[in-house]
This record gives sequence, structure tokens and C-alpha cells, in this order.
Amino acid sequence: MEYFDTVIVVLQSTVRLSVPLILTALAGLYAERSGVVDIGLEGKLLAAAFAGASAAAVLGNAWLGAAVAVMASMALAAVHGYASITQRGDQIVSGTALNFIAAGATVILGQAWFRQGGRTPALIGDARFGTWELPFADAVKDVPILGGIYSNLLSGHYLLTYIAFIMVPVSWWILFRTRFGLRLRAVGENPGAVDTAGISVVRLRYSAVLIGGILCGLAGAYLSIAMNAGFVKGMSAGKGFIALAALVFAKWKPRNILFACLLFGFLDALSIRMQGVALPLVGKVPVQVYQALPYVLTVILLAGFIGKAIPPKASGRPYVKER
Amino acid sequence: MSDIAIELKGIDKSFGPVHANKNINLKVRKGSIHGIIGENGAGKSTLMSILYGFYQADRGEIFVDGKKITIRDPNAAIAAGIGMVHQHFMLVENFTVLENVMLGAEGAAVLNRGIVNARAELKRLEEEYEMEVNPDAIIEELPVGLQQRVEILKAFYRKADILILDEPTGVLTPAEADHLFRILAQLRDEGKTVILITHKLREIMAITDEVSVMRRGEMVASRKTSETNVEELAELMVGRRVLLNVEKGVALPKEVRLSVKDLTVKDSRGVTMVENVSFEVRAGEIVGIAGVAGNGQSELLEAIAGMRSAVQGEVMLNGKSTDVTGPGDPADLRARKLGHVSEDRHHTGLVLQFEEAENAILGYHGSPEYLRGGLYNMNAIREAATVEIEKYDIRPPNPRLKTANFSGGNQQKIVLAREMERDPDVLIIGQPTRGVDVGAIEFIHKRIIEMRDQGKAVLLVSVELDEIRSLSDRILVMFDGRIVGERTPDTSESEIGLLMAGIEGKMEAAE
Amino acid sequence: MSAPFAKLPAWAEYGLIPLINLIVAFLVAGLVVLFVGESPIQAAYLMVKGAFGSGEGVGFTLYYATYFIFTGLAVAVAFHAGLFNIGGEGQAYIAGVGVALVCLQYDTTLPWYLVFVLAVAASVAFGALWALIPAWLQAKRGSHIVITTIMFNYIASISMVYLLTRVLKPLGSMAPQTRTFEAGGQLPRLDWLLALFGLDVGYAPFNITFLLSLAVAFGIWLLLWRSKLGYEIRTLGHSPSAARYAGINQAKIIIVTMLISGGLAGLTALNPIMGDQYRLQLDFVNGAGFVGIAVALMGRSHPAGIIPAAILFGVLYQGGAEISFEMPNISRDMIVVIQGLVILFAGALEHMFRPTVIRLYQRMVAGSGKPATATGE
Repeated sequence: MEYFDTVIVVLQSTVRLSVPLILTALAGLYAERSGVVDIGLEGKLLAAAFAGASAAAVLGNAWLGAAVAVMASMALAAVHGYASITQRGDQIVSGTALNFIAAGATVILGQAWFRQGGRTPALIGDARFGTWELPFADAVKDVPILGGIYSNLLSGHYLLTYIAFIMVPVSWWILFRTRFGLRLRAVGENPGAVDTAGISVVRLRYSAVLIGGILCGLAGAYLSIAMNAGFVKGMSAGKGFIALAALVFAKWKPRNILFACLLFGFLDALSIRMQGVALPLVGKVPVQVYQALPYVLTVILLAGFIGKAIPPKASGRPYVKER
Repeated sequence: MSDIAIELKGIDKSFGPVHANKNINLKVRKGSIHGIIGENGAGKSTLMSILYGFYQADRGEIFVDGKKITIRDPNAAIAAGIGMVHQHFMLVENFTVLENVMLGAEGAAVLNRGIVNARAELKRLEEEYEMEVNPDAIIEELPVGLQQRVEILKAFYRKADILILDEPTGVLTPAEADHLFRILAQLRDEGKTVILITHKLREIMAITDEVSVMRRGEMVASRKTSETNVEELAELMVGRRVLLNVEKGVALPKEVRLSVKDLTVKDSRGVTMVENVSFEVRAGEIVGIAGVAGNGQSELLEAIAGMRSAVQGEVMLNGKSTDVTGPGDPADLRARKLGHVSEDRHHTGLVLQFEEAENAILGYHGSPEYLRGGLYNMNAIREAATVEIEKYDIRPPNPRLKTANFSGGNQQKIVLAREMERDPDVLIIGQPTRGVDVGAIEFIHKRIIEMRDQGKAVLLVSVELDEIRSLSDRILVMFDGRIVGERTPDTSESEIGLLMAGIEGKMEAAE
Repeated sequence: MSAPFAKLPAWAEYGLIPLINLIVAFLVAGLVVLFVGESPIQAAYLMVKGAFGSGEGVGFTLYYATYFIFTGLAVAVAFHAGLFNIGGEGQAYIAGVGVALVCLQYDTTLPWYLVFVLAVAASVAFGALWALIPAWLQAKRGSHIVITTIMFNYIASISMVYLLTRVLKPLGSMAPQTRTFEAGGQLPRLDWLLALFGLDVGYAPFNITFLLSLAVAFGIWLLLWRSKLGYEIRTLGHSPSAARYAGINQAKIIIVTMLISGGLAGLTALNPIMGDQYRLQLDFVNGAGFVGIAVALMGRSHPAGIIPAAILFGVLYQGGAEISFEMPNISRDMIVVIQGLVILFAGALEHMFRPTVIRLYQRMVAGSGKPATATGE
């Protein structure tokens, strides 16, 4: 039973840690499926976390905080869209620039506004999201196995957690079952086909990049208003890049994104849980092994040793009409 | 209701310095098949892309069904009942046939009803026009002929009354082309209008009711097909050009320097571009390859130069194999005295961002004469370039100037000087005077003859027929990837023109 | 649509447009300063004063510049082959292990100059090695080098934590760092160089690696513009089809270029490890690898542009310290913002002002009747 509880605890923190990855990777999914490479996920995530926590702290309302987080992230997404769609600039350079701007500006503004060394004030009460208990969670807690799963694993999460998990099938439905999704996938593969079909390439790509902005905004809000009670300098800590890795690892498919993010979240949870714990046969595994695995796995995948990760054909290339 | 489906008035379009369409007027009768013929680069595709809203004309008016309309984007063209089958298919390769057909005409925001409708409509079209294709097949897994069928179905699905086809038969087998023509005839009989862009005279004669001829951005004539003939069209297409005055002595061919045997080359899409081609070039002669662009000449040159692997065949340079089916080693071929003036100087023959002197060594940049202690001796390189600049009268005479800042003719001379001044045994030249001003043309022609007289074996590819006729000692005509005939340079232009158009004994589809 | 065909004279192309981009980046940075309630002019004054107001300031400025010359060159060399090496950070980090191993081995037995030579070799080797796998994957398997080098940055960072907390840490020590090197692992300061100008270097760790960086910059210029390899690198970067025409082996050039780029990033490790801290510690690269991107873009990937761009960032780093001392609202993170803005305006938006400049230029020369040269067909 003790072993079972450990598993539940690890799985619960897996869920907790994979939420920002899922939302951010889905954000990248929209942009990259439309042909715009988004290396600035990290920056948007960080900017949203900061803006969200700041607004929640000042306004005392977590929902308003989340709204501001989304707006901040969308503003950066709009800059990325302007540089890569309108100006046809280098998308990787643009994303890199936004990552730095976000990394620096969040600290400067945080210090100027709150004077707590780049932190925002701790969020209390309504300023922070509370967790949701599913119906009867308390009542069935003591039912063996199923009760534990229901009460401790499925229940007791933030609304954003449920939103993140629901966004996976919703995104799949949008991409593969709607007109918008069909066009979005088409523009990432062959913008010429979309253009000659009488659809605006520019408008589609902007929509995709801005949707990515919304999702990154939610991920940032989760980091600073839900999972933590406020913003700390550099709190995205590479999660944007892990999400990017998950996106590649998932071969740009929604369902795979869920599994990739859960896997990477699980590795993260293990790295916390398994410190100093000896495994059978191999003995103590350094915590760094768990930390490095997402990156190593992604490189191995990119190398084509486990299936082939083929990005959308037009990704990274600005659209210029053929002559 | 007017009986004119499309009327274009004074259409004018430039791309930067390139004047693609000059004051074009065109009338297309409703319920007819109207051919637009012209050489590659004559401006046919640009004109049709303007009609389809893909480009905007700088000037001019468009009338559809007698009503003046503005076609700001393809959406407006589709709304006006115009459909277009592009030469390079506008298909999403990893989508299914059904998804491609629906794209842009999905019906509603959610796809499910649209899918049902599209599937039914595809089935109906398939039956009506005998155009079978599995709606759930992935495009990239379909042969090229079927991919084109999807392009046509796309236009049908959008209820196009006016269908533009840009060089549709280039990717089709003769049987597929015949089938396509039957469909086009059926469309005409249903009262729809078809515009067929092609450079193949045979197709014009076989299927069209009327034909318009374009040459160098201008519309030079319109005829009823029944009232014209291939000779007249060939002449209109190519135009009576000023006879080039090239002084040339008798060729004295010696030993075989370059021999090509059973060469077959495919392009990146897997389409066979060169098929079982065999010929020889001897020292002291110029062998010209005539043909309309796109008939495999480019791929032939690239294979010989080591830039493209052949599927089968053998190429011998000075009696030794070049391993033409291997990965290719242009550097090794240069060392074995093969000079190559590539067709496309902008992307291949030159690096436009380099200074002139740097381009003067491209491909020969490993030669020890330029290096001193492992580093380039720029003074020596620039001096050598200056010698070439003087000899070839390259202007401005500045080896340090960025190559992009030279005019087309001078850029071409940079390439020619580089390849000719290294005493090659075999020189292969593609489009020596494309985009070159008149003054430079004469100079370039003279240099090519001089190379021959010095005993080089010269293989010349050009889409300019009079260039081929005035320079070559023997002319090979290429059509559809094959050598369809060999002629002497005094053969009449129209005879070679007919060979180039794939006529003469090969009129499979013509009545 | 006329913009791509119009031509500008060299002074406008290489001077005016980059300058406008840079000025706009700094103007926006000034707005941020204004936004947090400080005076941009005062901040600029403090920055210049901090960077050049004392011998020590100059020493620190040049010490920081040394980092950025190496990382800027690393990014630039890859740019010339059409590759974006975003992994300089990780390559420099791993190279630190090479430097440290050499120093730990020989610092008591060999004089500093011999240790230095070995450490240079080790830093290049380790940095190049860390670039090898992404390079090979790009050349042979088409894996996007941007993604793989980012992954390698993280793998480097995690590996270094492991190495420093478990392997390289001396027994009984708590701090995740190696032992301090003895005299053989310490590079001489360049106090005499500043003394020539009457400046006192003070405590600034301005060291001999700076001279190495200048020599390497010259070497890279020779490599790119005076060697066969450089010729092939630039040909590939400008036009892959011309490279094929010229018989250049694309896969080989990609790998070799990335090895050089990684090696250059690796040299960065010498500056802090042997020139300042005399030990290998966590996070010693501290973002210098990323600054290299801004430096290379600003310096237009030419050593003659990279050195002043690196010094400018040196000024930002050193002067930024001065600003944060006087203006508590503006921490050194301001530099990261400026770095991002420079990358944005000099990189992704580099063509934003071109149409305007072209229009103004054409209006300017309209009277002189200079015809537009036709270069197309």
C-alpha cells in the first residue's frame, strides 16, 4: 500500500508538472503547423507568468491575472508574427530575440514595480487559483486503489489543469475536423496551395501564432498564479524549450504531445522523487539522468533512430509568391 | 450575356526590370478551347496568373462575361468561375485527395458535412468524366498524372466555368494526355471555356478551336486553329529574328572527346527527363542541342557535369568513364578538363554576393596557383581576373566589384572567361546568351567558335534556335527527353522547329 | 514589391541600415528605462562612465568583450555556411572541463604559458566535440541544427552540474567547483597594456586571453576570406547549388564549419577560468554564448564588425553594473533586454527600414538621373 501511495504521489506531481508543458507545446503546435517556427515559447511563457502574477497581485484577482498573462503572451506573439510573417524575417532569430527580451524585461519591470528582487508579491486568497475537488472525492478516498486514484490523482487540481488536458482533444478536433484546422495544416505544408485556393496565408498564420500566444499565456498563468503563489525570476526555467522538444518528440501530433509531455513531466517528477533512491540492478541513478533524458530522447528522435520527425514542410520559410 | 467569356485589355506586368507582359489584349470565346502558345519565358504563365488573381497587373482591364471585374486575389477569380491547373501543382502533398479538393471550399466551419458532400461530388465527377481517383489516397503516394487529375477535380469542385491549364501534358504519358484532351473536349461540348497554355504545337492543332501566340511578353497573333498551320505558328512563336552574322570556317572534327551512351536521367520528382540518349562530341566541333526548354536539356547537362546522378548509361570523357550514375564529382571532372558554363548563372554558375575575382575561380578554387602558404594570394587572383576582364571586355573592369552589380551580359562573360581560359578539352555550354545584351552576344558567339577552332569539343544547349543553327556543326534535336533527330546546320528553321515540337512522324494524338 | 530589385550604395547597405537598426534597438531600450521611471540619458551617461571612467572600468569592459569576441566569431562562422549555431553556450561550458583538466593536471609542474597552450588546445577540442553530434546529425540526417544545439545546451548544463557536484569537486568540499589552480593555471593580467595609456587596471581580470581573441579574430578573417576552406564555407552559405556546381562537399563543409564554430565557442572558457576565477565553477559562461548571437548579427558576421560589437556589449556589461549601482531599478538584466532588442532589430527585422531608406535614397539621386541597372533577364 505504501508503494501504491508513492506511485500516486509521483503520478500526481507528473500531472502537475506536465500542465505547462502541454499548454506550451500545444501553443507551438498551432504556430508550427502553420509554418511559423516558434522558438520563443520560453519567452512567452515567462512573460505571461510575470504579467499574470503582477496583475493578480495588484488586482487581487486570479482570473484578471490570467487574462493579463494571456494578453502579454499575445503581444509577444504579435511581434513574432510581424517579424516572421509581415517582414519575412528569420523566425529563429526573432524567437531568440523575444526569449531574451522576456528574460530581461520581467526582472527589470518586476524590480521597478515591486522591489522584491524580481519577485512579485506572494499571491494569497482570490489572487491565486484554488484547486478543484471533484464530487465525492472526499467520500470515496478510502476505497482501495480506485478511491486513491479518483481522490488523489484525478481530483484536486486547478481548473487550468483540466483545461490543459481538455485542450489536447480540442486541439486535435480543431486541427483535423474543422475548416480552420484544414487550412492551418495546409498553410504549413504548402502555402502556395492555400493562396491559390483563395485563402489568405498571412491571416491564417497570424491566427495560428496568436492562438499560440493564448495557450502560452495560460501556461504562464498556471506557473505563477496556480502552481506557485507568485513570480520568481526566470521561473520558466527552460520549460518552453522542453515543450519545444516535446513538440518535436510528438512529431507535431496532439495526442503524441500529451504522451510526450506526460513522459517529460514524469521524468521531472522522478528526478525530484528519486534523489538518493537506489533502483534494482543499476543502483542509485544520478538525478541529472532524469533531467537530461527529455533532451537526449529528443535528439535521438531527431536523428531518426526512433521513427522520423518530419516537421511541416513549409515551416521556417516566409511565404513569397513563386515566379 | 456576351459570347466572349474572357477579355483582357492592355494587361501590363513587370517584375522589377523584367517586363513579363506588354500591353496584352486577348479575347476568349465562350464554349471554346483556346490555346495560348509561346516559348518558355514568353509570359504565358504570368498572364494566366494575372487572370487567376495570383498576381496583380500593373495596368489593364479584365472582363468576364462582358462585365469588367477586378481580380484582387484567387478568391475573386474563383467567384468569377475561373479555375486554374498550375504547372507546378498547388497540392498539399501529405493531405488526402479529398482534403485537397475541399481546401478553400469546405462549406462550413466544421468539416463533417463538407466531407460527405465532397465525397459525393467527387464520385459524381469521376463518373461523369471518367476520372477515377481514390478520395482517401495521399497525394504524395499518387503518380504525377493522378496528381494532375486532382488539380482538375479541384477546379471542377469549385464549379469553374472557365478552366485554365498551364502546360498540363508535360507530366503526362501520351495515353494520359489523350484522355485529358477527351475531357477538355467534353467540357467544351458542355459549354465551358478552356484555356490551354502550352509550347507544343501538336497539342494546339489537335485540340484547340482558336490559338493566340505570345513571344517575349507580347501577344503577336490570334488565329482560328482551322485557318492556320504548324509552320505559321512555329514562325510566329520563334519570330523572324535578325540573322546572326557569325563567321565560321569549316569544322575539322578529330577524335571523340565526349561520348554519351544510353543515358537516362530522372528529376527530383522521379519523372524521366532524359531517356536513352546517346551521342558523341569530337575535338574541333560544336554539337548543338536544339529543343524547347523543359525537354530534358538541363538534366542532360547537369548529368554530364556531375551535378546530377543518372539512372543509367555511361559518359566517357577523353575515353574514360565519368561514373555518371555515381554521386558525381564536379571537381574531379574539372581536373579532367571538362569546362561547364551552367544554364543558370544566378544560382549555379556564380555566387552573386562574391566579388568578381572570387567568382573567377569558382570550381577551380583549389588550384595551387592561387594559394601561397595555404592562403589565397588575392593579388594573383585579382591580377588573373583582370587579364580575363580585359580579354573578355568585362565592364566595369573592376575585379573587386560585387558580382550582383554587373549586368547580365557581363556576368555571363565572367562565367565564360572562367570556363574557357583553363584550356578545357570538352566545354559544355548551356544558354550562352540568355538575358545577354546584343553587343555581348556577338562576342560570346565568336569566342565559342574560337574554342572549336582551337580543337575543343563543344556541346552547346540553347533554346534560341538561330543560335544553335549559326554556331553548331551538327544539330541534335531533343524532344520529351529523347534525341528525335540529327540535322546539319543548313537545315531550314521550320524543319527543325517541327522536330522541336515533336511533330514529323510522331503525330500520335493529332488527327 | 520594388524593394528587392532596388540597389543601395555600399555605405547605405553596410553602414546606414545597420546603424538605424542599432539606434532603434537602443531607443526602445531607452523607452524601457523611461518606463521604469529613470532617465535614459542619465543611464547612458552612467554606462559610459562605468565603462570608460576608470582604468578598472576599461579593464572590465575589455574582459567582458573577450568573451563576446569568441562567441560572436563562433556564431558568425556558422552563419557564413548558412547554419545557426545557437549552442555556443553549451560548447563553451563543456570546453571549461577541458581547460580545468589541463590546469588541474599541470598547474604545479608547468609554467603558465605551456599550460595555456595545452588549455587552448583542450578548450577547442572540447568545444568542437560538443558541436560534433549536432553537426553530424545536420549533415548526414538532416536534423535541424537549431533544435539539436538547444538540446545540447541543456544536456551540457545538466552534465556540468553532475561533473562539478560529483566528479571534479575536491573531497570534503561543499561548493560545486574544482580546487583553485596554482600559478601554472593562472594567466597574467594585461595591466601593462592599459598602463601604456596611463590607466590602472585595478582589480579587473583583464588578461592575456584578450590578445588571443584579437589574434583569433584575425585568423578567422584569414580563414573565411583567404583560405580554400573559407571560400567553400561562404559558397555553401550563399548558394548551395553553386557549391554543388563547384564540386564542394556539402556534408563535409557543414561538419567542419560546426567544429570550427564549436572550437571558437570553446575558447571562451579560457577567459573566466584561467583569467579570473582560477577554478571551474557552475554557470561560468553566464549567457555569453547567447550574447554571441547579437554580436554576430550586429557585426554582420565579419571580424572587423564583431570586435567593436563585442566591445559595445562589454560596455553594456560593465557600464550596466555601474547603472545598477546608481539606479536600483535597472539591474544588469537590462543588458539581456538590449541584447534581445539588438537581435530583433539587427536580425529578424533587419529589412524593416530598407524600403524607407531606398525611397529616400531614390528621391535623393532622382535629380542626378542615375538609371536603375537591370540585372535580371
